[in-house]
Amino acid sequence: MMELKKLLTTKSGTKLFLLGNEASVRGAIEAGVSVAATYPGTPSSEIGNILYHLAKSAEMYFEFSVNEKVAMEVTSTAAVSGLRSFTFMKHVGLNVASDSFITTAYSGIDGGMVILTADDPSMFSSQNEQDNRHYGRLAKIPILEPSNPQEIKDMMVYGFEISEKFKIPVIIRTTTRISHMRGIVELGEINNSRNDAIKLSENVHWKKGYLKKNPDQYVPIPINAAKMHKNLILKLENIKKIDTELNKIYSSSNKESFKFKLGIISSGSSFNYLYDLINKYNLNMDILKLGFTYPFPEKKVLKFIKDLDGVFIVEEVDPIMEKEVLSIIGKNQLKTSVFGKLNNVFPMIYEFNPDIILNSFKDFYKIANKENNIKNINDEFSKKEVKVNDYNQTTKLRNTKLNNLIKNLPSRPPTLCAGCPHRTTYFAAKKAIKELKISEDDVIFASDIGCYTLGINPPYKTADYLLSMGSSVGDGGGFSKATNQVVMSFIGDSTFFHSGISPLINGIHNKDKFVLTILDNRTTAMTGGQPNPGLNVDGMGDPAPEISIEKIAIGSGAEFVKLINPLNLKKTIKTYKEAIEFDGVSVIIAKSPCTLINEKKRKPMEIDYTKCTNCLYCVKILACPAISTKDDKIIIDHLSCKGCATCVQICKEKAIKVKH
Amino acid sequence: MIAMKYNFSKSPEFCKDSYTIYICGVGGQGTIKTSAIIGDGAINEGKNVVMSEIHGMSQRGGIVSTELKIGNYKSSLIEEFSADMIIGFEPVETIRSLNKANKDTKILINTNPIIPFNIKSQKNSYPDVDEIIAILKDNYNHVYPINGSQLVKDIGNPLTLNMILLGAATADETFPISKDNILSAMKDNLKPKFHDMNIKAVEKGYEKVKYMKEKE
Repeated sequence: MMELKKLLTTKSGTKLFLLGNEASVRGAIEAGVSVAATYPGTPSSEIGNILYHLAKSAEMYFEFSVNEKVAMEVTSTAAVSGLRSFTFMKHVGLNVASDSFITTAYSGIDGGMVILTADDPSMFSSQNEQDNRHYGRLAKIPILEPSNPQEIKDMMVYGFEISEKFKIPVIIRTTTRISHMRGIVELGEINNSRNDAIKLSENVHWKKGYLKKNPDQYVPIPINAAKMHKNLILKLENIKKIDTELNKIYSSSNKESFKFKLGIISSGSSFNYLYDLINKYNLNMDILKLGFTYPFPEKKVLKFIKDLDGVFIVEEVDPIMEKEVLSIIGKNQLKTSVFGKLNNVFPMIYEFNPDIILNSFKDFYKIANKENNIKNINDEFSKKEVKVNDYNQTTKLRNTKLNNLIKNLPSRPPTLCAGCPHRTTYFAAKKAIKELKISEDDVIFASDIGCYTLGINPPYKTADYLLSMGSSVGDGGGFSKATNQVVMSFIGDSTFFHSGISPLINGIHNKDKFVLTILDNRTTAMTGGQPNPGLNVDGMGDPAPEISIEKIAIGSGAEFVKLINPLNLKKTIKTYKEAIEFDGVSVIIAKSPCTLINEKKRKPMEIDYTKCTNCLYCVKILACPAISTKDDKIIIDHLSCKGCATCVQICKEKAIKVKH
Repeated sequence: MIAMKYNFSKSPEFCKDSYTIYICGVGGQGTIKTSAIIGDGAINEGKNVVMSEIHGMSQRGGIVSTELKIGNYKSSLIEEFSADMIIGFEPVETIRSLNKANKDTKILINTNPIIPFNIKSQKNSYPDVDEIIAILKDNYNHVYPINGSQLVKDIGNPLTLNMILLGAATADETFPISKDNILSAMKDNLKPKFHDMNIKAVEKGYEKVKYMKEKE
């Protein structure tokens, strides 16, 4: 939107309209981060895209690491060497990084370290909606939860202070709604003189640190780890004592008392909805907004709830704070009733919105207006079923014509772009299966994470199973042992580097039989086109060694390795037939650049109506966005067509040609 | 006095200075840029603004929508039936957004469809646009159909569609940001070489809706 440079050059005190992800970059700059690393993943992708452009002028080293675990290691070592470091990833990325992540809490750090995890309630672009606040508890690492871009920026700066003071990494947990929210952010000072002892090195643009050796602290062999765990618990006890304004009561302006004294505890996005609702509907309830949510601020919460008849706990996704509050109530033998997810007041899944929360309150007051004992309200809700239903939009629409129109709207699913090489690869693989007279039911397609997962949709139908990044390769091996079906795995270039290499070695060593296609489209397309190790450029735009996928496959012991251009359909089909018949792991590298980054301009195609029989084969089998029908004739939109010529090669009537 | 009952009633105080805008379309139409310009325009106007943008797969032909809330709001999601204005960049997507509309919502709608690529293989067909407009007018009091592709032809660049629709929005008297503040926000967000063309586009959209309002 705005010029990216503004994030670096704008003075303290100025207000900018920033995306949450942009605000986190400004926070990193204000905090004087020296090293940053990530693997791209939505909803945190923009952070890396901005650092790609800004890192150098911000005196920061930045890399797109091969995966999140390596990013965690790159930033941990920087922090142990006395630098401030920042890693960020989508929620499931922390699963990949978790092995090293959990140990960072034990070994601690020297410079500050912030880990931003972007959760995705309602799964706008993810395979699950896991709640990464659990990770703070699992690793015993403090958690900050911002509610808007300003807070993201401020918590970045504060997170580094806490991290450095207590020598422990700090998590910032956002959600899609916060990372992709735009709001006014007042900028702060950029901290350039944090540590005078660390000088800018002559050869590089970022500050270098120094590892002061201390194996007792940094090498978790059992005898050391035992001490480290003890120290970690003591650190947490000290962190618990922090009294911060991030945990703050927002008082309702309406002081008209209701028969029950009620309050709310909330965090993140939920707080925003509540704040607006309380003001809009004049509800007399104070909100305790928690921004520093782990270690849980027991004292402040106890003080807030002890004189209340009932407290609402409003949080996305899992009832984590709710259980903390219940434990405080149990420990202190309070009579306060808790209304949350566990007694079916709020839904157990998906992101919230103002309507969901308003309706939950309406349900509450419907009962509360009649009851004189708050315990009965709790009993009423507890009797209900767990709330997992999707929120039903009321159809307050005015006439049946409109209701019919809405009911019968055509869908608009995302699809492989016009000219996408994956489309051609999928067509060729399926054609080979057909020519070998294998039934499609007898072929298992193990898919992976990237644009090519769109292969799940007709007409491709090339996704039968998927677990996680890189899983297609291990799944391929597994299916080849578990069944006699033909197994075809599809994985992108970036995903292959991320976590496809070790399972390939596993498959070859264990004598599996499956066809592995590496869809090498020369970018990390799904998340917006970040570089990966297969390219000759690094995370700051500098030249870098290009790693050959072909050599990796050969080096892993694969005996069938074919590098092909999938847009050459005839050869691609032939290669697939050979690969399917090969007894072992066969590797096909389908190399052709993503159409969104391809700089080569190719001429668009057009229909030769003297030959076209209007059989619609091209329309139906390719589902290319550039090919459609108008007035019962097939047309190719020359503005969308990228000239991949796949349609030319599949047309049985030879009725498609280059447009002149 | 202790109240035994609570009934949900809106605070006139809170609703007085607030304005909410829902913008929807298809990837590539410039909806997000438009929203950011409105946001900057609101800041120019000295108002608070929050915005939500979701665009997971928009580059791959999917639906894009943004929500803007101007005034004393913290949350960036518009409650159902409560948008003050809907700017629909595409007819079917405008219909999809109607759960945010009430009969007084200002509905600006570009009348040029983008047909989904898979229309042949789905049960539902693309509805007739004249029919869409007629049904909208039967149900809502302020519907402004705008033939975007006709107007971009006059300007000479299809990329100005979003600024035409934004100019159209500023012509409504309830719109909380002046045309001048929108224009200066546009200049902050677009490269100088595109300024003249987009100023024309804003004016074009503005005139179009002003004309429709005079006829009302």
